[in-house]
Amino acid sequence: MLVVDRAGGIVEANDAARTVLPDVTGGDGPYENLPDWLTEAHRHMTGGLGATWAEPPSGAIGGRHFEAHPRPGADGDVAWWLIDATDRHLAEETLRREQERAAILSEVSSTLLSSLNVPRCMEVTARLATRHLADAAVLVAPAQGRRHPVTYAQAHGPAVRVTRAVDPATVPGLAEALQGFPPVPTRWIDPGAIPAWAIPEGFEGPVGSVTVTPLPGHGVPAGALILLRSSTVRAFTESENVFARLFAARAGAALSAARLYTEQAAVTATLMQELLPPALGGVHGVDYAGGYRPAQDSERIGGDFYDVHPGADPSQESLVVLGDVAGKGLDAAVLTGKIRNTLHALLPLAHDHQHVLNLLNAALLTSRHTRFATLVLVSARHRAGRVRLRLTSAGHLPPLIVRADGRVEESGTRGNLVGAMPAVSVRTEETVLAPGETCLLYTDGITEARGGPLGGELYGVERLKRALAECAGMPAEAVVERVQMLAAQWLGQGRHDDMAVIAISAPRPRPLTVTGGDMHRGHSGNPGRSGRPGEPGVPGDPGTPHERHGRSA
Amino acid sequence: MTDFGNATADLRKRLWEAVLDGDAYHATDVLHQGLDAGLERETLLLGVIGKVQEKVGREWAANRITVAQEHAATAVNERALTTLVPPAPAPPSAGPNRSRGRGRVAVACVEGEWHAFPARLVAEVLQLRGWQVDYLGPQIPGPHLIAHLHHTQADVALLSTSLPTRLPAAHAMIAACQAVGVPVMVGGRGFGVDGRHAGAVGADRWAPDARAAAAALEAGIAAPGPRAARQVVDDLPHLADQEYTMVVKSRSQLIERTLAGLEEHVPAVRHYTDTQRERTAEDYAHIVDFLATALYVDDAGLFTDFLAWTADVLDARSVSARCLVPGLHLLGRQLQDFPRATILLRHGAAAVAARPDSDPEDSP
Repeated sequence: MLVVDRAGGIVEANDAARTVLPDVTGGDGPYENLPDWLTEAHRHMTGGLGATWAEPPSGAIGGRHFEAHPRPGADGDVAWWLIDATDRHLAEETLRREQERAAILSEVSSTLLSSLNVPRCMEVTARLATRHLADAAVLVAPAQGRRHPVTYAQAHGPAVRVTRAVDPATVPGLAEALQGFPPVPTRWIDPGAIPAWAIPEGFEGPVGSVTVTPLPGHGVPAGALILLRSSTVRAFTESENVFARLFAARAGAALSAARLYTEQAAVTATLMQELLPPALGGVHGVDYAGGYRPAQDSERIGGDFYDVHPGADPSQESLVVLGDVAGKGLDAAVLTGKIRNTLHALLPLAHDHQHVLNLLNAALLTSRHTRFATLVLVSARHRAGRVRLRLTSAGHLPPLIVRADGRVEESGTRGNLVGAMPAVSVRTEETVLAPGETCLLYTDGITEARGGPLGGELYGVERLKRALAECAGMPAEAVVERVQMLAAQWLGQGRHDDMAVIAISAPRPRPLTVTGGDMHRGHSGNPGRSGRPGEPGVPGDPGTPHERHGRSA
Repeated sequence: MTDFGNATADLRKRLWEAVLDGDAYHATDVLHQGLDAGLERETLLLGVIGKVQEKVGREWAANRITVAQEHAATAVNERALTTLVPPAPAPPSAGPNRSRGRGRVAVACVEGEWHAFPARLVAEVLQLRGWQVDYLGPQIPGPHLIAHLHHTQADVALLSTSLPTRLPAAHAMIAACQAVGVPVMVGGRGFGVDGRHAGAVGADRWAPDARAAAAALEAGIAAPGPRAARQVVDDLPHLADQEYTMVVKSRSQLIERTLAGLEEHVPAVRHYTDTQRERTAEDYAHIVDFLATALYVDDAGLFTDFLAWTADVLDARSVSARCLVPGLHLLGRQLQDFPRATILLRHGAAAVAARPDSDPEDSP
């Protein structure tokens, strides 16, 4: 306990106070030998402000931490009770630092978790490292061939990513970190020996201290992180190195997950390429359009399939195939791939549909798959403005033909499904499309779509026919889109089977030779899908009680 | 008017005739003549093709063209558009070293949106302006879009919808994009003519048209922070009242009971054919969907605007809009325990009833 008068002179100090502040009573002038924080607190008290602190004043005295509790006395004297709060202060400091680090790690985790893109993960790691750990960070990823992807970041700057041939052995500890050895102690790394490539361009001042931390991955290193501080900033402490390792562990896990995802996605994309439905357009004077929606929206493929195999020249028939394998999902999709390959091989025999179907049937019966399939074969040839079709259904829904006057006919072709019985017997039917007429092939996913305004009702063939009656004269892609759209609207959010549609149309006569015969379009693998009108000023689309336009809702 | 202004007006007129005629060859010729006359591709895309497409929608709403004409016109317009734009340059590999010119963006429609034309125009304009554009088109399920963003490291995702009823789906897609660190710009009438719903569903930007979208991209859009991963209710706290959830979950029931009520109260409905009955059911399905969406974004204007537009469409087809009023009252009775829904339906019915009736004879 100390008593200090208004002017800062020490009036009294008890034994305990003299133990803590041995020189306190020996001074002459005001505030002599009092710690600065206590002087300031006393002036605050005597300056008329009183004891208005939320927390008592506190500060260091001789390596320990004290709180000072004032008791105002007579004549402006203040008795200061000094309480040793060193342990509590230490505990609070530690808690604060740990809370800060936990917050940083949480931010790091959620930022890194959000991306499964490897380059972005590397950028984010380097940027976060400069925000919380160092003045600059260099992330060196494992070599791809002889070159390493290297990501540079500096505080308050963007991350820069390059791939360059660098020798990890030139940075002490880097080669070891990339091989998964334990980190080399910071004090062993000579900042002057850091090669220029390992210092971000524009780094200010000489390098003062360096740490190299491995990024642990899934059993193999995901890279290494070089942290740099300029010589004007204090060196890395052991506690900071520990924290850097925690940071690196999270970054390494995120990078490994991203790398794994990228590899898996690449494998999937490659394998799926063969199974995706083809982009269609005009071939030899006949327009084709197709649309596909797999049962599981998370998949791109399923048990329905279609193909258009163009004839060798315009005088030859093109073969259109649309089918449905029992089952859905990847297993069904694999079988559609086999069927499509088999049919491709059988193309030279396509003049005889029954023969082709029997060969396919035999192939399916001898394969290890126990599934069967239904399909439609259509041979199409353009001749003098019209399109001649030969249609054969093998256990599939009969094709629908939309005439120019809006009549919708059901093709009379019938036959057995393939892959179930020793032989397939079918009846092929022929028809001719006049300009503007369309033949529609579809799978039962369309007609068995369950939904409607009241829910649970089948879409059905009759509704499909009514919808098609409105499609007279429409281009092939518009017919396909309309059918898909109506089915999707009917479903709402409901579950559904695979849905495939293909339209074969006789184009309206062209006045001149125009370039637009083939409508393929390569926008990053997506065929330019036919759009629907923009309709500004149209907040929605109710249709009317007397007339249905079946637009999106 | 400038020479180019005259030229685009003339091209618009001729392109409109071509698309109405379903003549893709003529439509293509018209656009290529525009190119030959020195018009910029962007001008042709936005000032000619885009305007003609807007007219297609307007003419349908006004009952001046049939649904088949509308579909055919759209298909023809799109075919012509395809021949106008040069093929996209081969996309560079998605690897870490792809060149970053202006940047890479993904353009897609909100799940369940079929009106792809506006998104397509935006994609083409951005490509002309030097962006690397991945046009994903309509019908893209959310998971595919996110997989695409992971794969390509797109700088921005652009989402379009013309239908306000897609706003909840848009909200989910926007949050998903932001959660993987990609900012989202939205456009299309679905977000309101002034974009007022774009903020409610968490979009980083809204653009009224393709040029504004390009300008916003050029100005730069910051990537969302780590707190971008969030729940729907964090953006729209009023959803905690469960009104939206209840209306969506009881959709079929609401429609069914409203139809039953109409048969009871409106004599004409008793004589409807099955087809008429189904179409009436679909109309009320639309009304319930818009009601749910208005509850979702908590915007009464969304519902009354929809009813006003419906009434206009009905008027154009010589049907009195007042036939909607009893149905709205029936819905209100079923939802009387839900204060927000009740107010929406009451205001909606009042707005429809207050319309000048063009043909009172038709009123049931």
